[in-house]
Amino acid sequence: MTYQNNPPVVSRLSQSITTICLAVGIILALLIAGKTSSAAMQFHAFILIATFFAGIVALFNLGGRINDSNHKPSPSGVYYNNTIVKYGVIASCFWGLAGFIVGDVLAWELAFPVLNMDMPWTNFGRLRPLHTSAVIFAFGGNVLIATSFYVVQRTCKARLAGEIAPWFVFWGYQLFIVLAATGYLLGITQSKEYAEPEWYVDLWLTIVWVVYLLVFLGTIWRRKEPHIYVANWFYLAFIVTIAMLHLVNNATLPISLVEPKSYTLFAGVQDALTQWWYGHNAVGFFLTAGFLAIMYYFVPKRAERPIYSYRLSIVHFWSLIFLYIWAGPHHLHYTALPDWAQTLGMTFSVMLWMPSWGGMINGLMTLSGAWDKLRTDPVLKMLVVSVAFYGMSTFEGPLMSIKAVNGLSHYTDWTIGHVHSGALGWVAYVSFGALYCLTPWLWGRKGLYSLKLVNIHFWVSTVGILLYICAMWVSGIMQGLMWRAYTDLGFLEYSFVETVAAMQPYYIIRAIGGLLFIVGSLVMVYNLWRTILGHTAGEQSPENISKAIAAQALGE
Amino acid sequence: MSDLKKEIDDVSGVDTTGHEWDGIKELNTPMPRWWVYTFIVTCIWAFIYQFLYPSWPLITDYYEGYFAETNRDRLNDELDNVAQQRSVTLDKIRSMDLETIRNDNALNTFALAGGKAAFGDNCAPCHGTGAAGFTGYPNLNDDDWLWGGTLEDIYTTISFGIRSTHEETRVNDMPAFLRDELLTKSEIEDVVTYVQSLSDSTITATESGRILFADNCALCHGEDGKGLREFGAPNLTDAITLYVTDRDSMIDIVSNSRKGVMPTWSGRLDEATIKSLALYIHSLGGGE
Repeated sequence: MTYQNNPPVVSRLSQSITTICLAVGIILALLIAGKTSSAAMQFHAFILIATFFAGIVALFNLGGRINDSNHKPSPSGVYYNNTIVKYGVIASCFWGLAGFIVGDVLAWELAFPVLNMDMPWTNFGRLRPLHTSAVIFAFGGNVLIATSFYVVQRTCKARLAGEIAPWFVFWGYQLFIVLAATGYLLGITQSKEYAEPEWYVDLWLTIVWVVYLLVFLGTIWRRKEPHIYVANWFYLAFIVTIAMLHLVNNATLPISLVEPKSYTLFAGVQDALTQWWYGHNAVGFFLTAGFLAIMYYFVPKRAERPIYSYRLSIVHFWSLIFLYIWAGPHHLHYTALPDWAQTLGMTFSVMLWMPSWGGMINGLMTLSGAWDKLRTDPVLKMLVVSVAFYGMSTFEGPLMSIKAVNGLSHYTDWTIGHVHSGALGWVAYVSFGALYCLTPWLWGRKGLYSLKLVNIHFWVSTVGILLYICAMWVSGIMQGLMWRAYTDLGFLEYSFVETVAAMQPYYIIRAIGGLLFIVGSLVMVYNLWRTILGHTAGEQSPENISKAIAAQALGE
Repeated sequence: MSDLKKEIDDVSGVDTTGHEWDGIKELNTPMPRWWVYTFIVTCIWAFIYQFLYPSWPLITDYYEGYFAETNRDRLNDELDNVAQQRSVTLDKIRSMDLETIRNDNALNTFALAGGKAAFGDNCAPCHGTGAAGFTGYPNLNDDDWLWGGTLEDIYTTISFGIRSTHEETRVNDMPAFLRDELLTKSEIEDVVTYVQSLSDSTITATESGRILFADNCALCHGEDGKGLREFGAPNLTDAITLYVTDRDSMIDIVSNSRKGVMPTWSGRLDEATIKSLALYIHSLGGGE
């Protein structure tokens, strides 16, 4: 196996083709801006024009930078594309904070509705998708793109495929986020949970996503390792399945090519089933498969231990992929959805329990022989606790999918608590762990600015998460029990308003939990920023961490 | 695969697969037995469940399951059950008049419980869970009634509503005296002073205010300002008001008029529930 390791080059041809595409985009956007009757869509068209124009300028700048500068390959001779991962790290921090803050504003609004200040842009209905999209797609998506670009290069020993394409993916994805978020605030939505953006934003994301897939596949194609590492299977499953889900669930017919409104191709219960097939698999393939990929690289890397079981990784990967796709109907128990679909949704969710736990076992058991590191390395502690939260919420999920349990839990805050134990405990923590690893590696630092601050981050946000999920368990189960309480004469014991009033104290606890989580994230962002600047807090870093980090920072 | 370098891991004593990616190796540990068995058990359970209940889609139909039972069947059974249990009581409530129900202890207890439950989910959003009302939504605990507080009056109000879409709705129409140019600004100020003087002895009204009231307001609110129920016109001499009591708000009400709406519940709630609600509201303290 011989490989050519040439310094990266941007060709004139690819620059010209991309420029032409962007210019066509500008013309299309101008047409929309001129013809649309929607002020919001006109605003979006102007954003597109500005971004495409900036893209053309950047293209030549990028060409100049890549073709002229002196590239140094890593010791093994690979010219890694680290710059794009650096951008991803910063974007993740930015969107993460934004998403967490909007979430906590919503938590306070639920406790004190007057806080929406009676403005359409700040009411719950518009801010809620802003929060969910910001944390899932903006924060989670950027973490996934950044880590996947890093991990696929390292585990394939190959430079990222394409020079312009990865940048198109990065900036195209940010543009998608901006279009989606501003759309929600201006009232553009197709009212599908986690798929709120309208048709034209969906189309844009499709283009970006296909290029992402090509970049990823292209890099795997160039690999110098005989096998594909398990993290890359998970990344690939995530990218491919999200593409499929996105295309099917967003199959709509716009009322006009210059208006933001569209109608979905499915009607009634078919639409509901398609939506939850999408919604549940967004959890499965975005928030589970994607982040398991992160776990499979960063946990063994940080613990400096081999993966616990290769066979388990194969079996749990394929069983997870096969079973997850069936589980969506459990979101529609006791609705108009036919019973047979409900049964399949429930039973497949229960079968999904062990395949999900396979990832937890592989994550936790990889630490055997390295448990002592938890005492000294708060980053590893964060990664391990994320895996523990993953295990907890992937047990809770199948439990809640059982019809008898679902009859109590559905539509209550228990669901919100379940989602957040996964989102805060698993997704955010494994992302934080990855960001703490990546920052010193990418910027070539010997270690983080301060491990003490990581520890503070860990404890403050862990208390926050526990406050959040415990409050939601109590309030959710109480809510469910109050709804089904009957008097001796067979009348409902509580009115709906009374159940709402009973939940207020827990809403306040939840909002405080969220606030602690934000404080923790601010500590992280500060810590990462000082790390990037090359500062050190003067703490003595434990021997066992510094070696590994230093080695990676040197380029390997 | 000549470059595979299998080795024994020192810590676990297990051999590695020989692959290595960026320094990451894999152990060849077998899958934990408990994991495999639990997985198999969940699968077996799932297939048994699928055998018992409706599960697999067929070409035009679906497999009904051994029990051939659906959610809808079970719900209908439960609803039928409750309906049957209650049918005797509900028939009585439906057919008997309100006063007779009130005097029958068992029936009244049932109606009050049903009324309370119905109130919580239908009336409480405006009148409050304790029926104490809010600004613009009357307090139902006191004996100050706009349209009357007998069982029949309350029943009628609930059934047909106020300014509702029902053709038998209770309705009145206080003019917007300023907007409709019936009175001038200063005349309205005089009338409001007069109205304030009715319930507050420290305020002295002008003669013109008294005359303006007699000419414009007394027709509905009465010569003495004590209100007339056939028009739903409130008593202006007591301390109870539907809206705010400050002078500016009163001027605003006379100038622009207020027209609150209560929806009609007939057709939306069944007869027995409306009757139960009337009995419940009547029992809150102000029933006549």
